[in-house]
Amino acid sequence: MEFIGRVWKFGDDIDTDAIIPARYLNTSEPEELAKHCMEDADATFPQKVQPGDIIVAGKNFGCGSSREHAPIAIKAAKVSCVIAPSFARIFYRNAINIGLPIFECEEAAREIQEGDEVKVDAVSGEITNLTTGKKYRAVPFPEFMQEIINAGGLMKYVAKKVKDNG
Amino acid sequence: MGMTITEKILAEHAGLEYVEPGQLINARLDVVLGNDITAPVAIREFEKLGARKVFDPERIVLVPDHFVPNKDIQSAEQAKIVREFAKKHGIVNYFEVGRMGIEHCLLPEQGLALPGDVIIGADSHTCTYGALGAFATGVGSTDMAAGMATGEAWFKVPETIKFVYYGKLRPWVGGKDLILHTIGDIGVDGARYMAMEFTGEAIAELSMDGRMTMANMAIEAGGKNGIIPPDEKTIDYVKRRAKRDYKIFKSDDDARYARVIEYDVSKIEPVVAFPHLPENTKPISQVANIPIDQVVIGSCTNGRLEDLRVAAKVLKGHKVHNEIRLIIIPGTQEIYRQAVAEGLVDIFIEAGAVVSTPTCGPCLGGHMGILAKGERAVSTTNRNFVGRMGHPESEVYLSGPAVAAASAVLGRIASPEEVC
Repeated sequence: MEFIGRVWKFGDDIDTDAIIPARYLNTSEPEELAKHCMEDADATFPQKVQPGDIIVAGKNFGCGSSREHAPIAIKAAKVSCVIAPSFARIFYRNAINIGLPIFECEEAAREIQEGDEVKVDAVSGEITNLTTGKKYRAVPFPEFMQEIINAGGLMKYVAKKVKDNG
Repeated sequence: MGMTITEKILAEHAGLEYVEPGQLINARLDVVLGNDITAPVAIREFEKLGARKVFDPERIVLVPDHFVPNKDIQSAEQAKIVREFAKKHGIVNYFEVGRMGIEHCLLPEQGLALPGDVIIGADSHTCTYGALGAFATGVGSTDMAAGMATGEAWFKVPETIKFVYYGKLRPWVGGKDLILHTIGDIGVDGARYMAMEFTGEAIAELSMDGRMTMANMAIEAGGKNGIIPPDEKTIDYVKRRAKRDYKIFKSDDDARYARVIEYDVSKIEPVVAFPHLPENTKPISQVANIPIDQVVIGSCTNGRLEDLRVAAKVLKGHKVHNEIRLIIIPGTQEIYRQAVAEGLVDIFIEAGAVVSTPTCGPCLGGHMGILAKGERAVSTTNRNFVGRMGHPESEVYLSGPAVAAASAVLGRIASPEEVC
């Protein structure tokens, strides 16, 4: 799988309240959440983001609450993937569970600029900045997580298990 | 090589003799928790799974606490999804408004979180139960759904940072000050993916309420779990409440730690975390004149009886500043009732505070005390992110209940020593 998109850049420690403020959590409908995605970090983001765009952020992306609404909002805003030097633990797990591709790469996160066009090869983890031509290599997923991703997310993985158990 | 308390609990629940950091394990779950925000998403996923029943109706805990009593029609619909699911699946531990509390105050009080447990909760502050010597961690709704169906979850065994707090606590310094000081030292990702083990003579001195405040905010340093090895105080707390067996684990003397960090608590003053990260800490003596508009005392961090007693001690005989709204939220119905019995609620009302039914409400900018543009609050809650308590241009300063109560009296961020 390959993603090509225009980059929106964010800083360090982007928390889940910035990704989807709690004032919108009285619904869990993805389309509604997408309308407010990243609103408290950049109020105009929901209007300007285009399908396939890529978020590149600083360290500890997704810190704070366990709300799965955060990766759901990003995915429903049709952002293709997120690149950061590190992700907060619960966000990392949630993103894998709901099928939002995320890539850890410090150098790429530091050097890629807003507006750059970037290509990401989800299998190899190779990130190419098409604007500058520079290539980067993201940390690959641990094998165990790759299995969950290959199964099509945690629910399909568990569905098989529930079925096997009768 | 020995194991830490976190490693031992995870090993036992994975059916293994030994585990080490980095190992991927599948662990049996003692409790799976959700609230009115996260459970509806989990329920949707659970139903997509085609699962007909939960793994054990006695081990699922559902607590509507965030936007209840229902703040609007949409919140009412979310709460209804949880209520109907609980009824359909015979969930024993569903807590309705009037019998509920803020989940992380409620579960320990009700004896539902016990030493040696593995607990997942679709709420990041699930790490609170580490104060009882449990492995407890926050997860998302999909993990909660999988946990409800199978009674198991996968984990990567975390490395552990050991924190040793030695020395004698200063007056007005509590668990909140120790944990804010720690987060200020290591940063909001200083313990990312790791276990935070809190030890030392100052931890032994803390009450169970103070210990829960510390474990509660492990997530604010990026921690996977916070944990305090059980002692006599722990056992005394749980033996009156537990309705099932529990097991005490302790770290081996030769357990391995990624780091050991020591603090001399006699040097720690009451701490305030400035906007917009919990790591932006300052000792109260270095806080200049910062006028405020609102004070909140409550939440899963500081909504327990000891917190209310501290607030009452500061407020007794004083009035809330005439330009300040002081909102006090007891963590559970039981805490509320005890606060009434001890005369604390009377002190609060006499001082000019509002006392609310238990709810997470203002902590996450839900309801019951939202900030307008440009307003500033001192709060005993756990997060001061941009927009956390209301308008994106409002500000939250985090503190313990003593500083919060003193600030309510003086109308600016203040030390309790200025009031008492």
